[in-house]
Amino acid sequence: MNPTAPLLRVTELSKTFMLHQQGGAHLNVLEGVSLEVRPGECVVLHGPSGAGKSSLLKCIYGNYRATRGSILLRHLDEEHDIAYAAPRTILRMREHVVGYVSQFLRAVPRVPTLDVVAEPLIGGHARASEAAMEARYRAEQLLLRLRIPMRLWNVPPATFSGGEQQRVNIARGFMRMKPLLLLDEPTASLDEDSRSTVIEMINEARDSGAAIVGIFHDARARNEVATRVVEMNELGAARAAQDTE
Amino acid sequence: MSADFDRDAPLLRVRSVAKDYGSIAAVREASFNLWPAEVLAIVGESGSGKSTLLDCVSGRLKPDTGTVEFMTRHQGMADIHAMSEASRRMLARTDWGYVHQHAESGLRMGVSAGANIGERLMALGERHYGDLRAQAADWMARVELDEARMDDAPRSYSGGMRQRLQIARNLVTRPRLVFMDEPTSGLDVSVQARLLDLLRSLTHALGLAAIVVTHDLAVARLLSHRMLVMQRGRIVEEGLTDQVLDDPQHAYTQLLVSSVLQP
Repeated sequence: MNPTAPLLRVTELSKTFMLHQQGGAHLNVLEGVSLEVRPGECVVLHGPSGAGKSSLLKCIYGNYRATRGSILLRHLDEEHDIAYAAPRTILRMREHVVGYVSQFLRAVPRVPTLDVVAEPLIGGHARASEAAMEARYRAEQLLLRLRIPMRLWNVPPATFSGGEQQRVNIARGFMRMKPLLLLDEPTASLDEDSRSTVIEMINEARDSGAAIVGIFHDARARNEVATRVVEMNELGAARAAQDTE
Repeated sequence: MSADFDRDAPLLRVRSVAKDYGSIAAVREASFNLWPAEVLAIVGESGSGKSTLLDCVSGRLKPDTGTVEFMTRHQGMADIHAMSEASRRMLARTDWGYVHQHAESGLRMGVSAGANIGERLMALGERHYGDLRAQAADWMARVELDEARMDDAPRSYSGGMRQRLQIARNLVTRPRLVFMDEPTSGLDVSVQARLLDLLRSLTHALGLAAIVVTHDLAVARLLSHRMLVMQRGRIVEEGLTDQVLDDPQHAYTQLLVSSVLQP
């Protein structure tokens, strides 16, 4: 596999919401966005609220359906167009290629934090199997690193503070490293120590060859992780890209 | 380009299924595939035809037109409505499971929990009492029921325990496809969450394919990979579960999603 070939190629991507409840109003959130990301790159999307940054991440993850354009993701030297892929293909890509850390944690109620974090690695393995034990061990390491106190591990995260939930979400997102990582404001509600740990984890992932696309409102975080900043304007169009390296 | 993943054979192939009740079209022109290890949710309001569609694809009700084919172990794709009653029953007892909304409909309330689990194995010819008991105990543990309650009849069980027992009874024969009709909606909210977690880990661990009928979009989100939205007997939208819920395209799906407190 050619390591310098783009892992992600977004071409002329547009996204329009058709709102039937509002008399069929059209809402353009992305207009002709093009973007290429290679392994080892961390591209930060920057722009005002409403510029379509989160929508772009959601389209790449297959959570939103693209209206026009293409989103090519490379897997085993083959490119798959997420914009037109069948649901099963998108799920396969999520399993092997693309990970997503959303702004908010969404977990099955009443499941203990350790299990919430370990789940992406436990997958189809029986709960008592060796693979599941290893997954739990890795989850513990991540929770320790992100300073989630041990007494909380067996408690469901529903009652945690915003910052704690976000760290649980990040731990879960880093359980299985994927070639492409999408991060939607992963440091937004974190205290100083947690913030620098998360930045450190992102940079380690990038340096070990992951491709990252992220949204960071905090300028310092942006400067610490970005190899490139892509400006997005109110029209949801990606404009001039500047290198910050 | 992306077709490669769809080339492998589906487990269930439903084509143009329609069913009328008198002058009312309960299901019209329903077609979909289900692949091994895939969980598919069918959502819609009451009266949308989702339960009738489930009955048609699970062999409980013969559609007026259309075919429902299942990948059998020995004879490849076979139309379940064209096979003999005996073969269809055999499928229902072995390769399929059916989890009813009310556990009472899927359990024998007067016999012990252990016998409820063992019964499906006995139908397959298992006769050794010790083995039957051991398997029943194993399955009670897997659905997080206390083995000490094995000799009690489900009458003495709570609603959540009955539902767990019904699941154990269905899964003991290692079916490849399980049909579930509103599996959590008769339960208290506190019991629902644990049961959903259990269903999710069991389908995942066993590589089970499942069709789950639910009116609860949150249940669909937690359990299913893919979903179908039904309105007035028709499938109006289908796709990846989180995409349908977060970016619904059809007017009816948009209404459905925007009507719930927190999907």
